[in-house]
Amino acid sequence: MTKTYEKYYVPAQSPWPIVGAVALFLIAFGAGTYVNEVTKQQPGFGGYMLAAGFVVLIFMLFGWFKNVIDESMSGLYSAQMDRSFRQGMSWFIVSEVMFFMAFFGALFYGRVIALDWLSGGSNNAMTFEILWPNFEAMWPLLKTPGGIETQAMPATGLPLINTAILVLSSITLHFAHTGLEQHKRGQLKLMLLVTLLLGATFLGLQVYEYIHAYRDLGLTLASGFYGNTFFLLTGFHGMHVTLGAIILLFVFLRVLKGHFTPEKHFAFQAAAWYWHFVDVVWLCLYVFVYVI
Amino acid sequence: MSAVVTDHEHDHEHHDHKPSGIKRWLYTTNHKDIGTMYLVFALIMFFIGGAMAMVIRAELFQPGMQFVEPNFFNQMTTVHGLIMVFGAVMPAFTGLANWMIPMMIGAPDMALPRMNNWSFWILPFAFLILLMSLFMPGGGPSFGWTFYAPLSTTYSSDSTALFVFSVHIMGISSIMGAINVIVTIFNLRAPGMTWMKMPLFVWTWLITAFLLIMVMPVLAGVVTMVLTDKYFGTSFFDAAGGGDPVLFQHIFWFFGHPEVYIMILPAFGIVSAIVPTFARKPLFGYASMVYATSSIALLSFLVWAHHMFTTGMPVAGALFFMYCTMLIAVPTGVKVFNWVATMWRGAMTFEVPMMFALAFIVLFTIGGFSGLMLAITPADFQYHDTYFVVAHFHYVLVTGAVFSIIAAAYYWLPKWTGHMYDEKLGQWHFWCSLISVNLLFFPMHFVGLAGMPRRIPDYALQFADFNAFISIGGFLFGASQLIFVWVLVKCARGGEKATAQVWEGAEGLEWQVPSPAPYHTFDTPPVIK
Repeated sequence: MTKTYEKYYVPAQSPWPIVGAVALFLIAFGAGTYVNEVTKQQPGFGGYMLAAGFVVLIFMLFGWFKNVIDESMSGLYSAQMDRSFRQGMSWFIVSEVMFFMAFFGALFYGRVIALDWLSGGSNNAMTFEILWPNFEAMWPLLKTPGGIETQAMPATGLPLINTAILVLSSITLHFAHTGLEQHKRGQLKLMLLVTLLLGATFLGLQVYEYIHAYRDLGLTLASGFYGNTFFLLTGFHGMHVTLGAIILLFVFLRVLKGHFTPEKHFAFQAAAWYWHFVDVVWLCLYVFVYVI
Repeated sequence: MSAVVTDHEHDHEHHDHKPSGIKRWLYTTNHKDIGTMYLVFALIMFFIGGAMAMVIRAELFQPGMQFVEPNFFNQMTTVHGLIMVFGAVMPAFTGLANWMIPMMIGAPDMALPRMNNWSFWILPFAFLILLMSLFMPGGGPSFGWTFYAPLSTTYSSDSTALFVFSVHIMGISSIMGAINVIVTIFNLRAPGMTWMKMPLFVWTWLITAFLLIMVMPVLAGVVTMVLTDKYFGTSFFDAAGGGDPVLFQHIFWFFGHPEVYIMILPAFGIVSAIVPTFARKPLFGYASMVYATSSIALLSFLVWAHHMFTTGMPVAGALFFMYCTMLIAVPTGVKVFNWVATMWRGAMTFEVPMMFALAFIVLFTIGGFSGLMLAITPADFQYHDTYFVVAHFHYVLVTGAVFSIIAAAYYWLPKWTGHMYDEKLGQWHFWCSLISVNLLFFPMHFVGLAGMPRRIPDYALQFADFNAFISIGGFLFGASQLIFVWVLVKCARGGEKATAQVWEGAEGLEWQVPSPAPYHTFDTPPVIK
């Protein structure tokens, strides 16, 4: 072992973590209160607290990332530090995958087991006879045992276009990356901008689809298991696209400021990983929520 | 373990001054400070959760309703469980990881020090929310720490949303803490600290961190579904909408079973550190310990439905989960065998850490055996939701996880404070705890087998004598922990000076730095040969 190790940078004291903890407190307490106020239509402080939490969180993120970027730009970070960031981001994405797995798992269980058993499958003949003898298992679940009816979201049309948009955005992001690695700053900026616009278009179309679902199809959050899984999976995906787009926006602004080199561009890399991950989630989602 | 430090420089000339005042703790990026905060927080939570257990035992001292309303009793069982799992045991292990892992692998600190501080400071706020919810109109969560639907959806109080969001931020804290541990171990090991030279505590925590990253997001998913089911009209767990309350149990236990191992694997690491020290022999079967830990972690993903045998699953499913569960006995048996073999013909001494470790081995094994009984599907139909289950998981969690944490505290206190703890008081603490904990939990097996249901504030008369006995054990166990606080305070304030090695048989990097460990250890990595 003759390899020499650079000194690992351990930051000095920082106020941002405790600010972040206060932000999460405001968000959690505010949201917990607000949910009750909204569903019971009572006035209260929950909404303000929630909003204040997000303001503090954004303030914290700006401050924290400013410190990190300054440290990075002044050359304090060794290759080892860079590996820490990369591994940290990778494991964060693993945890995100598992978050989506919970909802996919619910979807599979509902389709394959719960609906089958409700219609008398396995050893549940009596359950079926006694509870809802007229219930018919189908997917999409257009009529719940309780009798709520809805229409299904088609797989063609808008969702297919959205799939194409998101896949395309992953490809353009890849070319932005190669542009960065090959010193082609023009290609980097252009491709990153295109990626951002594609992401925004995807989100716009998604909002349009939701309006269509609620207004024309009668497909809502409350229209049974199909509506639940549809809105929670696409909804959480949409939130992740939003977050990914915000991250990419800041990466884009940093590119405009001349940050990142072909050798060192962790922030770009992390944003790209995140974007590709969100893309892969969409592909699974498109197959299991829309197509099959 | 043949790790030898050659050129570490633990000079504490210029970089060993600690920041002072409250800012030291609020703004810190130091793994030792953060470890201390985690440990102190866990101890406070242990007493808050313990106070709730005292309320439970006071109510159950006699049949009939004495002190509290049934709804409040249910809140006590629920919040006691949540606090002990998420507020006491898990933060205590994270605190130990923070303190010890960087020192054990020759790292300057945790890999992501600021995030480390954030992980910690989320916790007091999360538990503040949980505890405040007890004072809301309608009361706090009362559906058991497992929050089964529809208890947590259709029939829960308004505070459920606060419960959900506090669990969310606890999860964020755990995931960030786990990422930090895993990255530190992957990336910050000193040169020469190869995988199979790592102390077992590091190995078990690595695997624990992996489990945390895999399952805490699933918990976040399931509390989110509870939230939308209760407040936004979804029907994940409502058959009328095409969902299934049993689906809740599947998702919850997919998180819940690995979670159980999250609370015991680091304990295995601690015992594997303590037993060789006081037996003055290297750990028997180091490699098999690593493989056993990994196997337990993998199996933990395949056994979740053994918590649900009575939900009416198909026989094939029940058999699969029964056999997988029983398989866990194999790697666990390997571990117990190795600890015993380590002690075989060792030059043993019986200081307090060793006593707790020995109690762990015996009593955790009892908990493991009652687990095997519960794994047998047809037998579980009788045991399900009785005090037998309560006895089982308190043997693995109190005499298992908590005893290992106490053992770790005694073992490493001299390294943390620079002083030896009071051995005599420690022995008192041990013997009082050992006797009272068995008075407390052992009879629960009997009342459980006789059919006493858990989570009930009142019970049939034939259980009266045993319950009075159990309650006395409970009060004694609670009181015994006050001795522990006395020892801790006394040791923090002074005492006999500890040497660097502290224990005659102790080996590893953490015993080669002075006691107390300097504020910054290993600014440049030591070389391990």
